[in-house]
Formats: sequence, C-alpha cells, structure tokens
Amino acid sequence: METFDIAVIGSGPGGMSAGAHAAELGLSHILLEGSPKHSNTIQKYQKGKHVMDTPTKLPLRSPLDFSAGTREYILDKWEEGMTSTNTNIQYGSEVSAIEGSKGDFTITLVNGKKIGAKFIILGIGVQGNPRKLGCPGDEFEHVQYQLDDPDEYKGERIAIVGAGDAAIENAIGLAGSNQVCIINRRDEFARAKQGNLDLITSSISEGVIECFYEANPARIEENPSDESRYIFFLSTPTGEVPVPVDRVIARLGAIPPRRLVESFGIEFPNDSPAALPELSSQYESNVPGMYVIGALGGYPLIKQAMNQGYEVVEYIQGNNIEPADHPLFVEAFDGLPYDKTIDEILEYLQASSPIYNGINPLNFREFILDSKVSQRAPGDELCVKGEFTDSFFVVVDGNAYVKLPGVGEFHFNRGGFFGEQSLISGRRRTATVYAGEGCVVVETPRRSMVKLINSVESVKRVLDEAFILRALQTKFAPNTPHDQLAEVVANTELKTFDANQNIYTEGEHGDEVHLIRIGSVTSVKQSNKKEVITSYMPVGHYFGEAGVMGDGMRTDTVRANVRTETICLNKASFVTLLEKEPGLQKEIQSHVRDRLTVEARMEAQPKGGELMSFLMSEGLGEGTDVLLIDETLCVGCDNCEKACAETHDGNSRLNREAGASFADVHVPISCRHCEHPHCMKDCPPDAIHRASDGEVFIDQEACIGCGNCVRNCPYDVISLQKNPAPKPTLLHWLLTGKGPGPGGKQYAEGETIKKAVKCDACKDNAGGAACVRACPTGAAMRLNPKDFVDLVGSRFGS
Amino acid sequence: MYQSILNFKRARYLWLALAVSVMSIATYQWHQPIGMPNGGTWLGYTLGTIGALLIVWLLLLGMRKRSYNSNMGTVQGWTSAHVYLGTALLLIGTLHGGFQFGMNVHTLAYVLMVAVILSGFFGIFVYLKYPNLLTVNRSGDTLDSLLDKVLKIDDRSRRIAATPDLSRLVDSAIDGCEIGGGWWQQLTAKGSSTISIPNAFDSDGQEKSQSNKDQALVIDVLANRLSQLSGGGDEAGAVQGLIANFAAKQTLLRRIKRDVQIRAILKIWLYIHVPISFALLAALITHVIVVFFYW
Repeated sequence: METFDIAVIGSGPGGMSAGAHAAELGLSHILLEGSPKHSNTIQKYQKGKHVMDTPTKLPLRSPLDFSAGTREYILDKWEEGMTSTNTNIQYGSEVSAIEGSKGDFTITLVNGKKIGAKFIILGIGVQGNPRKLGCPGDEFEHVQYQLDDPDEYKGERIAIVGAGDAAIENAIGLAGSNQVCIINRRDEFARAKQGNLDLITSSISEGVIECFYEANPARIEENPSDESRYIFFLSTPTGEVPVPVDRVIARLGAIPPRRLVESFGIEFPNDSPAALPELSSQYESNVPGMYVIGALGGYPLIKQAMNQGYEVVEYIQGNNIEPADHPLFVEAFDGLPYDKTIDEILEYLQASSPIYNGINPLNFREFILDSKVSQRAPGDELCVKGEFTDSFFVVVDGNAYVKLPGVGEFHFNRGGFFGEQSLISGRRRTATVYAGEGCVVVETPRRSMVKLINSVESVKRVLDEAFILRALQTKFAPNTPHDQLAEVVANTELKTFDANQNIYTEGEHGDEVHLIRIGSVTSVKQSNKKEVITSYMPVGHYFGEAGVMGDGMRTDTVRANVRTETICLNKASFVTLLEKEPGLQKEIQSHVRDRLTVEARMEAQPKGGELMSFLMSEGLGEGTDVLLIDETLCVGCDNCEKACAETHDGNSRLNREAGASFADVHVPISCRHCEHPHCMKDCPPDAIHRASDGEVFIDQEACIGCGNCVRNCPYDVISLQKNPAPKPTLLHWLLTGKGPGPGGKQYAEGETIKKAVKCDACKDNAGGAACVRACPTGAAMRLNPKDFVDLVGSRFGS
Repeated sequence: MYQSILNFKRARYLWLALAVSVMSIATYQWHQPIGMPNGGTWLGYTLGTIGALLIVWLLLLGMRKRSYNSNMGTVQGWTSAHVYLGTALLLIGTLHGGFQFGMNVHTLAYVLMVAVILSGFFGIFVYLKYPNLLTVNRSGDTLDSLLDKVLKIDDRSRRIAATPDLSRLVDSAIDGCEIGGGWWQQLTAKGSSTISIPNAFDSDGQEKSQSNKDQALVIDVLANRLSQLSGGGDEAGAVQGLIANFAAKQTLLRRIKRDVQIRAILKIWLYIHVPISFALLAALITHVIVVFFYW
C-alpha cells in the first residue's frame, strides 16, 4: 500500500489548490479524483460560460491562478498550474471508505485499491456522484451519466434511463435527430415537472420516443453483428427485452455526499439537508486529522475554496498563518470604538449574545464577515416599521429601543436581538427600532441567519421562543408584561403544514387557535356540494377563535396555500390571554364579525371562490406583489413588455401572453415577489435581496450567472441574459429608423457574460412599475394577495 | 381595479372635456362678431389656438407611450385624457371655423381632423369590445398553443396516411395550408389554402392546385373516398381517422384565424389614425402659415 503525508480527496478548486500547494512545498501528497477530469462541477458549465471571481475584495492565496474569465480559460490555467507545480493527481479514483485515525488513515477506492495517508483533506463539494446503472456493461465507453449538448449527437440509437426532469429533457432534446427510447423503472413519470410530463407523454403517444415502462437495466453487451454498438437487455414484467443501442445515457440523479462523509466519521449537527459539518477554525472536522474545505464546509465560492486549500496545508504543517480574509476584517471593523485586535473583537462580539453561543469560531468569522458591525448614532432608525427588510440585529454595546404606544420605550441591551419576525415570516417589519446611547449592532442578512439556524440547533430554539412571545404580545396582549406571558408561551406549539394540507375541516370538533407565522391559508366552505373559498389570510392573521368562543364546532375548512407554520394555542392558553387582557374579548368578537361578513359576501359569489382557487393554484398565495392582466381590457399591444425591456437594459422580465387565465384574469409569467423567495435559496454570492418595499431583486454586480435561481424558481420568471449594448434614442429611431425600436435590443460584439435577470418591480422608480404605468388601457395591475378579495368583489360583486 | 380608459379616475377628463365644451359653446353663443362668426375674430383666434395646441398635445401621446422612464402620469391617464379632449376638439375646431367651409387648405385641415377623430372613435369601440372576444375565442389557449395543436394533428395525419396516394393527398393539404397572410387576409379571416388532388381520388386527369378553403375540399375528397371503400379494411380506417383529424384541424384553424382577425382589427385602425394625424399636423401648419402670411 502506497502511503502519503497528505491525501486530498476531490479535485475542485479547493482540492486542487491544496494539492498544488503541497506539491509546491515538496510534501508527500496525492490528489484523488473520482471522475476522469478535474473540477467536475465547473467542467459541467456550458461552453464559454463566464466565471466570476467574487468576492472581489478577497485576495487570492494559491499557487494556482484564478481571475474572472471563461470556463475554458480558467480550466486551462488550473491545468497549467498543476503541471508546473508537479501536483500528483490520480484520476478515476473514487473513494468508497476511509478508516483509521490521524497519522494512519487508510483510504479504500471503489476499484479496491488502498492508499495510506497521515492527513486527509476533503474537498468533494456538495454535488455528489451520479448514480450508476449498476448492471454489467455499465463501464462501456458509450455509457454516460451526463449530456452537455444534445446537438452533438445525430442519427444514433440512444437509450435514456431515468424518469426525472433531466432524463426527459435529454430524451426530448435528442429525439429530433436520433432514435430515442426512454427506460422508466415505474409505470408512470411521477417525479417530473408538469411541462416535461406533458412533453414526454405526448412524444410517447405520438411514437416520437419509445418508452419501456417497469423496465430495469439487466446488462449491456457489445453487439457482435455490428448493426448497433451495444445490445441493452432490459428486464420487464413480460421477460427480458433486447434493445439495440449506440449509446446509453443514465440520468438517475446524484447521491448526496452526506452519507459517504458520515461514513468517514464526520458528524452533522442535525438532519436538515442544509446542515454543515462542524469544523474548527483550522477547517478540522470532529475526526482529528481530517479536514473539510470548499462547498462541503459551507463555502461555495471558488476563491474561498482555493484559499482554504492553501491554508489547510499550512495548518497541517503547523503554521498558524493569518487567514486570507484578515484585511477584510480590518476594513469591516474600521470605525468601531474598540482598541482591540481583530481576534479580540471577534471574541468580544461572540460573547455578546446567547444566540452566538453554539457557533464554532470558524463559522462565526464567516458569519461576521457576511454581517455588518457598526456603531450607530442615538436616534438612528435601525429598522423601520412597514418595510420589507429582513436582516437580523444583535446589540453588542449600548442599547436600542422601540416606542410602544401607551407603554413607553422597550430597550434592547447588550445581547438583546430583534428582527426575527421579518426574518421568519418574510413579512414587513412590525416595529421601528431606534439606536440608543453608545449603540453598536451586528446586522446580519437573511441568508447567513438561515444558514446559522440550519446548522446550530440552539439558535433556532432561542429565536422561536422570542418569536412566539413577541408575536403573541403584539397580536393579543399588548398591555401584558413579558413575564406574565411565559406560561402561555410554554404551552404553545409550532405546527407545520404542507401546501394544500387541511389545518382543520368543517364540521369537526376543535378548539385550538392558530396564529400564522409563515405562509398563508384560505378558508373554504361547502356550499351546494361545492367548495367555495371565502377568505385568504396571510402571516399575522389568526383563525380558529370561533371554536374557542362558540361550541367548538368548526364552521369552515382552513387549508394551507403554501408550506405554512402556525403558533398553535390551546383553549386554556387562549382563555388565559382573554383574562389577562380585558380589551381582547371585544376585539376578537369584532374580528369574528368582520370575517363572517366577508365570508358571507364570498359565499354569495361562488364564481368568485373559483377565481380565488385559480389564483391560489397559480401559486399567487405566496406572493407579495403580483402582476395580473384584465383580459377584458388588454388589447395585446405588449407595451408592458416593451416598457419593462426599455427600463431594464433591454431585457423584458415579463411574458404577457404566456401563463394561465381564468374568468378574464390572466396571470402572466412575471415575478410575484414571494414571501420566502425560492430564488434566494441557493445563491452562492448572495446576490438576491429584498428591498425595503418588498421587491426581490438581483444585484447585477454580484451575480455570477450560475443559474441556480433560474432552476429554483417554480414560476419560470428568471432568465439568464446578456447585457445589451446602448441603443439610439427614441427620436433618432423615429427619424432614421436605424437600430432596434422601443422594446427591441441590440448586443455588443463579443459579449458573452450572461447574468440572471428578473423583475425588480421597478423599485428605483418613484412612479412604480413601468409595466403598469405603460399600459394604455389599464389592463395591467399589481396586487398584494390580500387584495384578491376586493378583486373578486369587483369582478362578481353586484 | 378594473377601470377602463373611459372611467379612469371617475372619468375626470370627461368632466374637463365637458367643461371646455360648455364654455366654448357659451362663449360662441354670447359672442356677437362683426359679420359671420369666423376664425379671424378674437374668439376665432382663441379657439384656434386652443385647438392647435390640443392637436399637438394629442399627438404627443405617441411620445409619452414610448417614454418608458417617464413619471408624468400614467399612459392610461394620458389615453383617457386623449380620448375625451380629442372628442372636445371636434367641437372646438368646428366653432373655430364658424361653420364656414370651402375648397381650401383650411377645410382640408378640418376634414383631416374630423377623420382622425372618427377613426379614434372606431378605436375606442374596438378597444372596448374586442379584448373580450379574443379571450372567448382562445378559451384558455394561446396562439402558440393553438398552432402547436395543429402541428401535432398534421404529424398524426401524415403518420396514419396508409397508402401512397393518401400520403400525397395529406401532404399536399398540409403543405398548401395557409394561415394569415396580408392585411386583407388577416382582417377577413380568409386563408387561401390550396390542395392538389391525386388522380386516384379524382379522375379528371390533371393534377392541379385547387382551393382548399376552410379545409373543405380535403374533407370532401376523403368523405367520397370513404364511401367508395364500403368493405372496410386498413385504408377505410385510415380515411376515417384522417377525416376526424382534418375536421379537428378545421375547427382549430377557424379559431386561429379568428384570433389573427381580432388582433388585426385591434391594430389596423392605428394604421389609419396615426398617418392621418401626421397629415393633419402638416395641414395645420400650412393653415397657420397661410392665415398669418397671406390672409
């Protein structure tokens, strides 16, 4: 068995950088790569894709070159760097197991070979390895697990294995100029998106693509008769079927690396798919001698990973070098009233609040770098009631306060925090908070908080408790002090409901009261054996109180529109609140009365209920600012699209004609500015933000064009676009007819950088959205879902 | 919510236009010029100036509509004002001239103005009536999805055509199918689809291109063929399938043509309204110059 001092697993940017630095230092090392090429994830980018080098301020620390450029340029540079440093890279070496301990690890490869190592650096990313066919013959040359460009293949017989979106998209893409069959283990395509499902079923029924249902790959054999390259044997319920093929493309998804990583002994704090392994400030995992760098450790950007690769080799050597981000901290802490070193300030910050207790120093460093630490002048507004900002604040020194009408000021002192309501609910700020004397605060963006909540159990618990207490107080007991609510808070429960799940059903018994904290619900009643939606309730609304006040019989069905979380109060707790707060009873009675009036109005308009159902089924229930088009007024002039393009670099972010319609209300393909934007979920440079009025927008400077948001948006409203060249003025166009007219675009020569673009609801224009302002007939309108009841009223009301 | 251009902001521009009109009529009634009322009196000049400025402002709608960064009101507001003040212009222009007409450039400007306003009335009628018809006709589809359905039916027809003759017939019907065309075809919803019938189906000797308007001929030929194939068999099955396909295609094509027609109607009036507006502007300038320099 060959033995090395350092074994690096995975040749992404981090792994390569580590390998090259070890080579540069002349250390005994090996770099193991499972696939036949390095940088698997970046190899999969489309040809010519521009790769960014964010964060630009962070200096690069690696023997390999890296600056923004095309995919090919960057891959070539790395290749050169590895050759010139003599990096010992070994391809086709997928790791299946690691045993042993620091100083004496044994790495077992899938091909059975064993390698010894004193230290291990894991840089395997989060993409995982493609699931293999797992039948004899799956090692043949023309059996592949990925398809870069369907146009590369012509006139071949190709079998696609899989039933997901990737398999279907490949099959459709290839079917134009090849003879394609698709092999589905089951008897339907259950996992695919609706659009793909329609495409594949119609292609199959029209005979364009042949489909083998309930078929499993048995083996692949080379075809001696030479008519086709291979014979692909399938085992089907009716026996074995031979299919002549030239190429097999298996799209069976990827195996997330977590289980493999756990088998090495590395622990994760919880079951959340977003959880990260715990690491020391030197990237060492709970297994001594085993280090984790790059995306797997929570650092998705190339430059960060490359720096970590360099640093980790230094740490293994025992050199306690300053991390590359040191200068960034010097800049970030500039102007703070502390006479301390960077490390001392970091320690001081971490000691300020119990929220930070469970975070390891490495993560805290990153966390503070993402956040903004600043001293604020007394009276400064830290967050403003009614705004849509969603950052989270912790007071480090001095204090901050809210003014409560009738009660006075409530102070947050060192360690106090606020902003969790907007963070969790995705809704407007519920109060304005002012800076007090000597106020120093840490303001953390939503993404970093979400990452923290997912990786540190105690943070979630502390935030939830504070959330419940403050939400109950705001909604039900503004005059009751916190300590008197403790018992009620202890007896509440957070309940989660999936989209379309009934929270309770009409006619059943129940006396719980729900206060919505995430998502939205609709109330539904049975009327003439038909369901009629009678109201829509967003975050901050409560329901079920009629059950407590009345006989405990539910008079309506309440259903979650999207994934919804409620604070659930039992009858006893609710009664306690009623006793503590004398005015509450009256308020609730009037609330019940108001709702019954709306419900009666809606019940009288069954068509309106159908329109509501339609709007909900279009996913508008999770929006905050929705573009709708009145088809009785729209003349199809597309001035809305032209206005959008003209005010946004020539790229229209809305497609008027596409999208569904019902009862003359058309839902165009356009961003609805979700409460919990799907697009924000996985943005490596954190370029997607929410403006103070709620607009979700992409920071074009920061966007790296990775396309994650495009894939994550369920409503297809984001696209990757090139930035067009400047156009002639309107007058110039009118007089000469030269260049593209209004709404048209013109590209600069050689422009290749594509970035994600989406609607920003014209947040920077005081007059509001250009699409609405430009509509000559008043057909385009922007609504918040809570206005839908009025919309329905104006449509069907008498 | 749901405001048409006519009742934009409680029809505020209607009231403005009415006020201007009432004032114009009242002044005109009260004014006792020397001789006939005409454009040369102080009231004539006043109304003429108001009218000329109005015309220029009405023309500016075309600029405002394309000034996408402008925050000067909304385009809907401008359009609403355009409609009502444009209507008031009819009255102002008429009173300005004091009902004097003749074969001269002044009356030409007046006639052009009336033509522009009347074409505008047609535009309002179209904008109020047709969007709804468009929706009804589409019934959930879009033009693209309708065209897609036609392509799919065509693919199916080509596949089930069992004999070489049927294939030729089907191919010819599909290749000769026309949607849209020039503005006249679009407006009248008439296509000029053609087909050439293979000899096997029509024994008049020459295969020549014939009109297949509304897919009628191909359905007819197929129906005839079916009646000849009384014994059933593969071809009869195929012919039956083809009849069903072409009938379905016929229905789809009617909807597509109707869609194209409505879109054309929604646009065509602007091709009259806008050019005459520019002609009016030219005539207006001539009128003003003539009045000041040669009267």
